[in-house]
Amino acid sequence: MTDVAKKTDTVTLTIDGIEVVAEKGELVIRVAERMGIAIPRFCDHPLLAPAGACRQCLVDIEGQRKPVASCTQTVAEGMVVKTQLTSPVAAKAQGGVMELLLANHPLDCPTCDKGGECPLQNQAMTNGRSDSRFKEHKREYEKPIHISSQVLLDRERCILCQRCTRFSEEIAGDKFIDLMDRSSGEQINVYRDDFFGGTGTGDGQAGEGEGDIPFNSYFSGNTIQICPVGALTGEQYRFRARPFDLVSTPTACEHCAAGCSMRADHRRGKVLRRLAGDDPAVNEEWNCDKGRWGFQYQVANDRITAPLLRDAKTGELREVSWSEALLAAAEGLKAAKGAGVGVLTGGRLTVEDAYAYAKFARVALGTNDIDFRSRPLSAEEADFLASSVAGVTDVTYEDVENAPSAVIVGLEPEEECPILFLRLRKGHSRKKLQVTAVAPFLSRGFEKLGAALVKAVPGDEARLLADDPAIAAALATPGALLFVGERLATVPGGLSAAAALAARTGARLAWVPRRAGDRGAIDAGCLPNLLPGGRPVTDPAARAEISLAWKVETGAVPGTTGRDTDAIVAAAAAGQLGGLLVAGVDPGDLADPRLAEQALDQAGFVVSLELRHSAVTRRADVVFPVAPAAEKSGTYLDWEGRLRSFGTVLPTTAMTDGRVLEAVAALMDVTLGTGDVMTIRRELGAMPVSKATRPSAPSVAPATRSETGAHEAVLASWHHLIDQGSLLDGDAVLAGTARPPVARIGKDLAEALGVVDGDAVTVGTDRGAITLPAEVTDLAPRVVWLPTNSPGSTLRRSLGVTAGAVVRLSAGRPGPVLASSEVSA
Amino acid sequence: MGTFTGSFKGFGVTFAHMFRKVITTDYPFTPPTPAPRYHGRHILNRHPDGLEKCIGCELCAWACPADAIYVEGANNTDEERYSPGERYAGIYQINYARCIFCGLCIEACPTRSLTMSNEYELARDSRQDLIFTKKELLAPLLPGMEQPPHPMRLGETDKDYYIGALTNPGTSVGAERAPWSETGTEDAATAADTDARPETAGTLRRPGQSTKEAV
Repeated sequence: MTDVAKKTDTVTLTIDGIEVVAEKGELVIRVAERMGIAIPRFCDHPLLAPAGACRQCLVDIEGQRKPVASCTQTVAEGMVVKTQLTSPVAAKAQGGVMELLLANHPLDCPTCDKGGECPLQNQAMTNGRSDSRFKEHKREYEKPIHISSQVLLDRERCILCQRCTRFSEEIAGDKFIDLMDRSSGEQINVYRDDFFGGTGTGDGQAGEGEGDIPFNSYFSGNTIQICPVGALTGEQYRFRARPFDLVSTPTACEHCAAGCSMRADHRRGKVLRRLAGDDPAVNEEWNCDKGRWGFQYQVANDRITAPLLRDAKTGELREVSWSEALLAAAEGLKAAKGAGVGVLTGGRLTVEDAYAYAKFARVALGTNDIDFRSRPLSAEEADFLASSVAGVTDVTYEDVENAPSAVIVGLEPEEECPILFLRLRKGHSRKKLQVTAVAPFLSRGFEKLGAALVKAVPGDEARLLADDPAIAAALATPGALLFVGERLATVPGGLSAAAALAARTGARLAWVPRRAGDRGAIDAGCLPNLLPGGRPVTDPAARAEISLAWKVETGAVPGTTGRDTDAIVAAAAAGQLGGLLVAGVDPGDLADPRLAEQALDQAGFVVSLELRHSAVTRRADVVFPVAPAAEKSGTYLDWEGRLRSFGTVLPTTAMTDGRVLEAVAALMDVTLGTGDVMTIRRELGAMPVSKATRPSAPSVAPATRSETGAHEAVLASWHHLIDQGSLLDGDAVLAGTARPPVARIGKDLAEALGVVDGDAVTVGTDRGAITLPAEVTDLAPRVVWLPTNSPGSTLRRSLGVTAGAVVRLSAGRPGPVLASSEVSA
Repeated sequence: MGTFTGSFKGFGVTFAHMFRKVITTDYPFTPPTPAPRYHGRHILNRHPDGLEKCIGCELCAWACPADAIYVEGANNTDEERYSPGERYAGIYQINYARCIFCGLCIEACPTRSLTMSNEYELARDSRQDLIFTKKELLAPLLPGMEQPPHPMRLGETDKDYYIGALTNPGTSVGAERAPWSETGTEDAATAADTDARPETAGTLRRPGQSTKEAV
């Protein structure tokens, strides 16, 4: 922490008769807290700018005429502060403020979700008067009002501390919630038409008037967490439990690669809510709504509870005992081994489980055909991951905050790594960070980062990285960072150009994947060209190191680079593979979902380790149920390469992937040793650092730009944070906060098609078409943008293409030609 | 000789008892009457229109030193309303295998929904049956009461219910007092006609076993 280590001027002051040394500019309330003197407060939050809104923290300062709010008062040399503990004046002032705050606060604690963990309740008991002199009728509002489908606002309970508005403005940049009206009618609200005399029902519910703007923020859950009263509550946790009957467990988020620390509260074998954990090095005290509310998939009705085996007679899956399923899987894999078994692990595994797959593939299946990438990819990417990502921990969140400049390619931080976005925004708004976005348009997230845009037609990023002077200039400052997202893999030469650019400018390079398990899978060896610890499979010395660690013969680990996901799918679809071992992979995420499903159909023997029924389990011969993140312990590696270990939240009988694989391996006469997480951690911990030389970065030449004809455009796309991902299933309330899917087109295309905002636009390929309302955006010419996997826009499944492809564009709904092609497809 | 007189002395004690007041109770044919404030099984009271008084706040569960109470709150809607206001108890359970009848839950209840009756016949032949749910705990419907869910009949908001409750002490009648008593002051256990007592899971009576004569 360079901030702390920095030499600063200090002052000496006295608080409650104790002399204390403080940094210049420190707030009195913070110094008192450090000494162990608790001053009651509501509006004060260490990560938000001081507001002095609630006045609860009044203290007596010698020489001041009136009590002073200690949350806005900075320390001074020789200052003498008396808190409520030593000064009757301060105590009386605090009691008076509390009485005023409670004058209008309803006595509905029994119905309020905050009851039991409420700062107002607690501090009213410790610092308030025992009775109130106000006998008047309390202020009443319509309650509660939905300010988004997830967030509820009880204005009666609000004490106007403005923590929520300050968070939304300062941290998230989503200024949707603010103080409205004046005087005694002053209240927190979102913009509503009826409030200003427009349309709407007037009952306070947002979203009914024509111009209503709900609390449309990916970070809205944080306002619920920091609300010091029960004014903001969440629909999902509403009336579900009380703090005393919850068991809290610290854990890590399983959604994206940001690596948020979290707290999961469970009751009676069910996780009821998750809160952002306090980890100053990673997520500070925030998280995103997806991490906070996206956990209903664990209790979905289609959870697999027992092993399933395809019945030879009926061809249907039936529930069988573990021993029968394990034996069937072992025998099937043994038989399929000759023709080759591909292992697809997906990006949702913990490091320990990914390692179990990597070891199982090499030791039990004797193959390097293993790949964690369940998305469009390239061979260039695998080389890039080996050269520039595996084992590299160059960039941390702190570096992001303090960097002078950051260039972002193939990544929309707000949608794909929200906590990285918050840190970038902190650097931008509080420090000197300049963000340069290489993207087809300036998205809302980039706008909030004040990013300079280098407009890129998808597929053209490689050329821009190599040639564009603006990008090179942005990276020229020492300490500059270059962020590349996983989407850059589909741009030929993109990752090569990024690595070359970083080497040329001296900027540090960070690869940001989208899923929590992606980064860990690389280091655990779930790639066709990498063994655990970033050891190249083609390096005999590296293979010897691994053979020694695994106690197998040197020749046992195959020495040729295996097939990647695309090659495995293609080989299986062509009937060249004996079998497939598939972990949490949704075929719809792969570059060509239809080919992937064909591969699953054609593969001789499919073993699936899954949480819930999926397109894979429907085609599998043996299905093993495995534990979701909450029911096992493990570790994720976030995009920095930082270990995010977590313990079991719910102790159940569900098995980890590693334990299932060990049992299967045992029946194949192989000792895997991945039975429990601690064993794997010991094994990984005992593995020496690889002496193998790191392969050099790939150098793939940029492809020439694809030409577009009339009524054609280049497709740009990325995932919305809240979309149709299978980990967000079963949560209608959370889905209600998703951004509406739109087709973004530039002015040129809008004019050519004759459409305006809201008109239907159809984007089609030979496989199918997607029709969405248009939104005219300042896009690069001849580019259309669609969300990758949102309702009505399942790009890979419907169109069978990914970003960079040329698609047909037409106004209105698809005509008969497209419709028929959709049917025939 | 001494043995002989000694045994007469002993028989004398036995014989003398024959003329004393009988303290043996004829249970279960004549159940004894506990004191009026005896801590018996719990009752979840209703408002006069039949809506539940319980708001699912869990304060009883919080107060419970034996961890015998389990409550899960739920959301009232205009279409499906069980109690006035926003919140009601979706699940309410008291485990009589754990309950120590201390009455702290009664003190904690902010709506006077939870009270205790005088009923003490709580033996069951399985642990599962000792977990009383809303079905067993809710007070019987009195005349004029309507089985929830139904809209609020006594006012516009929940406040009307609570303000009205101050001048309407009879809102929990049928709970602490015997519902068949005209004056509303007779204790359930001393009701004139025990056959008329509502049959609950705890008061299974043998048919025709009237105890009028015995009283």
